[in-house]
Amino acid sequence: MARRITTQRKVIVTAVAWTIGIVLFFPILWTFLTSFKSEADAIASPPQFLFFHWTTENYLEVQSRSNYFSHFLNSVIISFGSTLLGLIIAVPSAWAMAFSPTKRTKDVLMWMLSTKMMPAVGALIPIYLLFRNTGLLDSRIGLVVVLMLINLPIIIWMLYTYFKEIPGEILEAARMDGASLSKEIIYVLTPMAVPGIASTLLLNIILSWNEAFWTLNLTASKAAPLTTFIASYSSPEGLFYAKLSAASTMAIAPILILGWFSQKQLVRGLTFGAVK
Amino acid sequence: MATLHTRSAARMMMAPSVLLLFAWMIVPLVMTIYFSFIDYNLLMPSDNRFLGFLNYEFFLTDPAFFDALINTLVLVLSVLVITIVGGIALALLLDQPMFGQGIVRILVIAPFFIMPTVAALVWKNMFMNPVNGLFAYIWRLFGAQPVDWLANMPLFSIILIVAWQWLPFATLILLTALQSLSEEQKEAAEMDGAGFFSQFVYIILPHMARAITVVILIETIFLLSVFAEILVTTNGGPGTSSTNLTYLVYNRALLQFDIGGASAGGIIAVILANIVAIFLVRIVGKNLET
Repeated sequence: MARRITTQRKVIVTAVAWTIGIVLFFPILWTFLTSFKSEADAIASPPQFLFFHWTTENYLEVQSRSNYFSHFLNSVIISFGSTLLGLIIAVPSAWAMAFSPTKRTKDVLMWMLSTKMMPAVGALIPIYLLFRNTGLLDSRIGLVVVLMLINLPIIIWMLYTYFKEIPGEILEAARMDGASLSKEIIYVLTPMAVPGIASTLLLNIILSWNEAFWTLNLTASKAAPLTTFIASYSSPEGLFYAKLSAASTMAIAPILILGWFSQKQLVRGLTFGAVK
Repeated sequence: MATLHTRSAARMMMAPSVLLLFAWMIVPLVMTIYFSFIDYNLLMPSDNRFLGFLNYEFFLTDPAFFDALINTLVLVLSVLVITIVGGIALALLLDQPMFGQGIVRILVIAPFFIMPTVAALVWKNMFMNPVNGLFAYIWRLFGAQPVDWLANMPLFSIILIVAWQWLPFATLILLTALQSLSEEQKEAAEMDGAGFFSQFVYIILPHMARAITVVILIETIFLLSVFAEILVTTNGGPGTSSTNLTYLVYNRALLQFDIGGASAGGIIAVILANIVAIFLVRIVGKNLET
């Protein structure tokens, strides 16, 4: 029996929840609106909400002035590159731990988790010097490797919790039917593992796209992803709110959309499976 | 025989990730420890001579260290309090039946996906700017003198920005935990005449306890390393009033080029983070067994 809910109560809850939701979302909405304003409208007082002259000139200007899409491309290459590289290394590892666990498996997992706890400043200095001496500073490949390493524990953990849920009986059944190991992997396990791998991929792209410690410290211009590029707006020259907003909108839109699709996976991935 | 075969195969499959993570953990750490004991400055040619604990002594007795330590603690604790209390309240609210629940959820979650540099710069310029910011406009609307947020209350402003980014995370995790509470349990309590308050204290809060702990510990790990938000808004200033430990080490290493001193600071940050990490690993570990 469902509990009785009065309409009046539902209306009040709706009003309060929507108000809070809009307040929390407002900075993002405001950035989006400002990106279509002229620089004069962007700082107009009183602020202009909808009835201003809508223009797309900021988007064109951001691109022509600072070659925006090269930074966008850097973000794509770095986040996808580090995620795919991470998956290549993590899938066999998580697979082995999930399907042929030993009594040390749990310790290995805990140890992997503990490497994630190491604060970045503890590694910043040697990594910076190593990169400087080997010419990896401001290179995409260097950042791909570093971001892969910092996210590897999360990737393995997430994959492990997904693989754990694949029932072992199904493997036995396949073996009884005479499937070889390779057939078992291709026809039985892979189709069941794909959703978990896809979720892990999604969450990890979000995390690497927004990573802003290593990207800020290890890139300057050539390999700079959007995090670093946007940071260059912190030292303004003249009027720039509308251009900052246009650059920001393009930087956050793809991830916002991906993020909304991956709320559930986010909980699982970021709590290392402790909350599902 | 088959098991022996799979076991060695399993080891082969795990080897790359274990070796990589081991190297990533140990190589930078050993190098940082080594640097922290020598005289090493990128600007001054020196003989890299052994200094013993001198770097540590300088770092720990520098007034900036004490400021940074306090700022780090204030930042972490304030954001934790705001996000946990706000997160519990929001989770309870979003768990109620309402119109358009899915959309509200999306609106509330959104700030978590905003990259730190964008979040910080949007707040800094479009909200907290004392001339053109929206806050200044609202202040003037009520006849008040606009506040120069980042100059006069730098740490508070950064806390506000970081809390805005992390409130969605706490809400999402706590809401997920709340939704796993069975309806029957709540109904039984209601039939026994439990009001909202006693339901909250005796049923909801204990049910969310583990999720709350997980949120606290994970947020702590990330909040100890807040960096981009400080870099693009205040540069740690004015003075050291918004410098945290992470920013101080960055400042020593990459702005003052004092590798030795900065490394000592890095090791101190590692030790502090480890104290937190021990608790986190225990809690998540306990969870694995169930």
